Amino acid sequence: MHLFAVTPPITQTPALIAAIVFGAIFGVLLHRGGVANYNVIVNQFRFRDFTVLKIMFTAIIVGGLGVLALNSAGLANYHIKAANLLGVVLGAGIFGIGMVVYGYCPGTAIAAAASGSVHAIVGFAGMLVGGTLYALSFPWVSKTILPVAAIGKKRLPDITGVPPIAWFVVLIAIAATVFYLIERHEKNAAASASSPTT
Amino acid sequence: MSSSASPQPFLRRPRWSPYLVGASIGVLSWVVFALVDKPLGVTTSLTGIAGACATPFLGADAVANNAYFKQHAFKWDYGMLFLVGIALGGTISALLSGSFRAEKIPAVWQERFGGSVALRFVAAFVGGVLVMFGARMADGCTSGNGISGSLQLAVGGWTFFLTLFASGIVTSLVLFGLGRSTKN
Repeated sequence: MHLFAVTPPITQTPALIAAIVFGAIFGVLLHRGGVANYNVIVNQFRFRDFTVLKIMFTAIIVGGLGVLALNSAGLANYHIKAANLLGVVLGAGIFGIGMVVYGYCPGTAIAAAASGSVHAIVGFAGMLVGGTLYALSFPWVSKTILPVAAIGKKRLPDITGVPPIAWFVVLIAIAATVFYLIERHEKNAAASASSPTT
Repeated sequence: MSSSASPQPFLRRPRWSPYLVGASIGVLSWVVFALVDKPLGVTTSLTGIAGACATPFLGADAVANNAYFKQHAFKWDYGMLFLVGIALGGTISALLSGSFRAEKIPAVWQERFGGSVALRFVAAFVGGVLVMFGARMADGCTSGNGISGSLQLAVGGWTFFLTLFASGIVTSLVLFGLGRSTKN
């Protein structure tokens, strides 16, 4: 699982222009996907709207297969973050609470704030305070929490011995099943309920 | 896409299929990985904005000497301009689809917690604090860990994705209860 030393084709000023273009495409996709919307995000966790799951799971599979192919062809590097598992679990736990209370995650919050959500702007200020609180607590967190269960830059194939393509076959099977059940559930709900929420 | 019977042109439709959007985000990540050698991510650069905004409150020295802010100093780099792009995209998309409108209290919140703008703003602020603190402790958010990490089959990415959903489901149970009726 060696990393290729791929030099990116776009660097310096063109890369900065590309950043705005890629960001804008991402912003449009988040907005038209419906996830720059508090109701859609919160109703995912209430099992009343499955948009977030559909978008994320599809992005992971389509993106993952492409990046796997690009990497195998020597055209892209992996960017794996070190898995400090206690930090990830605690952080994701806190993040999940915040995501339901705020109604956005950081990316969708920016798209929402830019498309008129005033409470998203208020929460954006909260995010800056949250980042500052983390920076202030970093000396403690980095000593106490991050080293616990820190397994390094590991991928699922590294710790299981199951090759990436097999992981994607399994993920596709799970996604196909889950999406089928969701679509059937949504069709039934639409047929039986005369007053759907949101 | 173009075979749809909808009379609205594609670019003006307020919502696109979530599968199409998810697949497009996947394709976008191919392009970003291959062309600029970066994963999609948001909160690393937000930390730089936080540090810049904290400077008047904490003092320039405190921010400059903070180990974490030092690692994530504010700069107009790729990641920061990506955030500018997201905002630009959100605005363009809302204007094109005619869905730009000021929202102070979303419908689901109002149904459960009533019409107090102050209460909603306090919650949004507190939620924002938690989201960012959690994202930094996990070293990535829904984009950097949830999508970019998971699509590379990163152990951290999948751990984040699954824990986030578990936590969000428990939190929404506490806040909204199980009630199936919209009147609960």
